Amino acid sequence: MTMKWSGWALATGVLAVSAMAQAAPPTAAMLSNACAGCHGTHGGSAGPSMPSLAGQSDKAIVDAMKKFKSGARPATVMGRLAKGYSDAEIAAMGEFFSKQKLHATNQTLDKAKIAKGASLQEANCGRCHLEDGKEGKDDTPAMASQWLPYMQIQMADYLSGKRKMPEQMQEKVKPMSKADLEALLHFYASVK
Amino acid sequence: MTLDRRNFIKLLGGASSLALAACAGTGGLSGPTGGRRVVVVGGGYGGTIAAKYIRMMDSSIEVVLIERNDHFVSCPFSNLYIGGLMKDLSPLTIKYDKLAANHGVKVIQAEVTGVDAATKVVKTSTGDVTYDRLVLSPGIEFRTEEIKGYDMATTPEIMPHAWKAGPQTVLLRKQLEAMKAGGNVVISIPLAPFRCPPGPYERASMIAMYLKQHKPGSKVIILDANPDIVSKKGLFLKGWKKHYDGLIDYRAAKKVTEIDTRGMAVLVEGIEEVKGAVINVIPPQKAGHIAHVAGVVGTDKKWCPVNPMTFESTLHKNIHVIGDSCVAGAMPKSGYSANSEAKACATNIVNAMNGKELIDFSGINTCYSFLSAKEAVEVTGVYKVDKGAIIAVPGSVGVSPDLSETEAIYAESWLKNILTEMST
Repeated sequence: MTMKWSGWALATGVLAVSAMAQAAPPTAAMLSNACAGCHGTHGGSAGPSMPSLAGQSDKAIVDAMKKFKSGARPATVMGRLAKGYSDAEIAAMGEFFSKQKLHATNQTLDKAKIAKGASLQEANCGRCHLEDGKEGKDDTPAMASQWLPYMQIQMADYLSGKRKMPEQMQEKVKPMSKADLEALLHFYASVK
Repeated sequence: MTLDRRNFIKLLGGASSLALAACAGTGGLSGPTGGRRVVVVGGGYGGTIAAKYIRMMDSSIEVVLIERNDHFVSCPFSNLYIGGLMKDLSPLTIKYDKLAANHGVKVIQAEVTGVDAATKVVKTSTGDVTYDRLVLSPGIEFRTEEIKGYDMATTPEIMPHAWKAGPQTVLLRKQLEAMKAGGNVVISIPLAPFRCPPGPYERASMIAMYLKQHKPGSKVIILDANPDIVSKKGLFLKGWKKHYDGLIDYRAAKKVTEIDTRGMAVLVEGIEEVKGAVINVIPPQKAGHIAHVAGVVGTDKKWCPVNPMTFESTLHKNIHVIGDSCVAGAMPKSGYSANSEAKACATNIVNAMNGKELIDFSGINTCYSFLSAKEAVEVTGVYKVDKGAIIAVPGSVGVSPDLSETEAIYAESWLKNILTEMST
């Protein structure tokens, strides 16, 4: 942006010396800090229905934002907000949040469900949700320490068909009971 | 010799600054600053964030936050209290102790009485504070002179505005509870721009919800100075039809110009009298008092013109204005706008102080309104600078497609996150 502007100034022989012409385009931090009103400072969410973005993989964030933008992923505010950013800006924001320290949430969780979820994760989900959900393969999101209510909302959207499940996930989720899925979410929420 | 003396005073200043954290007076802050002091006035949606983010970005910059109260009560969500969905204001209240403990912000509880832009001094009820950069986030003040019979000291006790959250919010709620069934509630809305464009219509919804349950025969009369509902019109009309049919009497282009506190009536354009058992007069607004004192209010005598990147006043160098008081182009006067503006302002103050390049503004607004106990709607958008003005990024601005229980759940987390961000 700045390049274009100064290029134009040179081409037209206009020496634009206003502060505006000297400004750099918004940095990753400038773009991402605006998200913190809803997602918490540096992406560490304090609100149970808003996902933490801190420590999330940049590929997962970019994938989510592209699906919000196209309407492929159901959304409320995010469908519109994603349209406010270019692909390059979205990539910069993804990188910014991926570099932040994982935000450990303090949630009331069920111990029995966590134990059951742990074995389910290992047997079914571990090939994509790596390291107990701390990392993800390709654009698979990290799940560790994510808010349980947020994950429950997403799972409900998956099961109702509002949000499209990746094929590999469909295979694994289909045979599972609602209690199994709930146990899995408790497990992911518990991982610090 | 001058240099030695300056360094000596700097040392002294440093020592007394350490003591300050404990005693919270202004002692030691009236001398030289060492060139690295930002003073922030106002501990609301804008001021807390500016103070915190400057310290997070560069802890070598000293930040002094001056606020008259020892706590802050959020206007967003206060209509839910008025409607009876919250038992007290504690979910809306933040304190400043963690901003001090976690980020080293020096918090001073004092009233600002003057600003000397030439000598860079803020005068307060507990002493002078010098600054290198000053950030004003003083919210709003009322243009009561435009309403005949309005007395700033006594009228709000009879006809609460409840447009600054706290005791006024509690008073309006108490009046509603004490009202006899069958009485009418009048809400008068000033001409835009005012703080929180959808706020008055959310308030009408919350009051109607309460009346429906507890005051048979009562209704809400909205006297709107604007030609139409200012924000989320379709959604409010839909919600009113669905939940409060016949309970909200909306009247457009009805500007209240006079009040009669004895007769419990308001006058539209000085002639048409409307009586109410409870009257919520939301007066027309202008920048907070401190902005006027500092001389950063524009020729309209209402709002503060600023550089859309740094939020520096176009009238006084080194004084920045954020939040409801400033003219931020297409951005509405909302808590979330103030949050975004504060961060851009903080970024560019830090960069300017460090001789670095300035960064263009990028911000967001997200504003929820409740229509019933379980349904909310929102308006949201992304904002940037284009040709020297803040504009909405095309395609990013819009409102909820419908009333939504999911949006209400997200709204609760919005509140939790934004207040946590301001206070930790």
